[in-house]
Amino acid sequence: MLAKRIIPCLDVKDGKTVKGVNFVNFREAGDPVELGAQYSRQGADELVYLDITASHEGRKTFTELVKKVAANISIPFTVGGGINALADVERLLAAGADKVSINSSALRNPDLIEEIAKNFGSQVCVVAIDANFENERWLCYLNGGRIPTDRFLFDWATEAESRGAGEILFTSMTHDGVKDGYSNEALACLADLLHIPVIASGGAGKMEHFRDAFTLGRADAALAASVFHFGEIGIAELKDYLSAEGVNVRL
Amino acid sequence: MKVAIIKYNAGNIYSVDYALKRLGVEPVITDDLGVIRNAEKVIFPGVGEALSTMTYLREHGLDDFIRGLMQPVLGICLGMQLMCMHSEEGDTPCLGIFDSEVKRFIPKRHEDKVPHMGWNTLTDVKSRLFGPELEGKFTYFVHSYYVPVNEFTVATTDYILPFSAALHKDNFYATQFHPEKSGDVGELILRNFLNL
Repeated sequence: MLAKRIIPCLDVKDGKTVKGVNFVNFREAGDPVELGAQYSRQGADELVYLDITASHEGRKTFTELVKKVAANISIPFTVGGGINALADVERLLAAGADKVSINSSALRNPDLIEEIAKNFGSQVCVVAIDANFENERWLCYLNGGRIPTDRFLFDWATEAESRGAGEILFTSMTHDGVKDGYSNEALACLADLLHIPVIASGGAGKMEHFRDAFTLGRADAALAASVFHFGEIGIAELKDYLSAEGVNVRL
Repeated sequence: MKVAIIKYNAGNIYSVDYALKRLGVEPVITDDLGVIRNAEKVIFPGVGEALSTMTYLREHGLDDFIRGLMQPVLGICLGMQLMCMHSEEGDTPCLGIFDSEVKRFIPKRHEDKVPHMGWNTLTDVKSRLFGPELEGKFTYFVHSYYVPVNEFTVATTDYILPFSAALHKDNFYATQFHPEKSGDVGELILRNFLNL
């Protein structure tokens, strides 16, 4: 049976891992390759590396990091941040990434989803969506949650799927950093709407939150950062817990 | 040990290279027929689409060549599918090493997502690629097409229906999953192949 996936996310700036609380105030949390290798040993099913560096120089550093990750880690990993064109995708896949995650660039230029799917296959293309619940709707945001758009989560996720997205990574800005659980209702709506896997993101604080994302939210994977980086939840103990709770995970 | 990774117009062959390096082997990524012929082990990897890759293989004379290899050959993912008789993807005639069709997954329920992506279990394992300790272990899959269970099946996985996770015939071995991305379990399977 296909297992539910646990995905630690590493935000990388200038070659180091950081994690924000509600998308601001970064705290540092270690060497990305070493951290990824450690997570892999503990039983992480995939890794996500997000480049939050804005500079050209930072891009080069990140590409070098992707090569090191590919050389050292034997589980799949996704990279995101600063992917604006097909050439960026090509560079990161050639460096050894398995998938790319696009967010603002997909909202600005939805054709990019089709281009990636056509050239490298849908399975390579993760469309990440940052959305905040306001005025009774899930409004999508650009640039790491800084700029509101005129698009809404469910419409945009459906469009992304029809354009060839292989997975949707939904981060609830409302829940991110608050550690009070994932946005399970919105996740369940996405599960009903879409025919591609949904990765839950934003809100993990306790092991029960992961269980709820899989059972109530019917997510295919759950992503988290700070609870893993600061050792609040161990991946091995989390998977033992989920297994005992009847969630099918890789042990 | 001389290991050749066949270079062709398929994606993601570098992760196989990295995985072998982690096992202490320095493989050669090449389309040089002489180098491939002299290798002790040959790996035929691949992520991509059946019709364009088969067309490339035929144009470069690699189709007959791969069929004629005598040393242990390991096909991975698309590599395994191309080693079959015919693929529904692009209605493509393939290498015909394994007398089997490659079919597209047809979802039965809303939850049946295609591609089949993620970690799934191996059952009924046999052949020298798998010891009994690998029964029930998880490996990493990404694919929309599958090979039905047939006389060459040496490991089975269940997704929508039971399908071939691995095939074996003579010196030809193949896995639908990605051993190079399957953590410790994948490393063990690659090591078993290198030790054949």
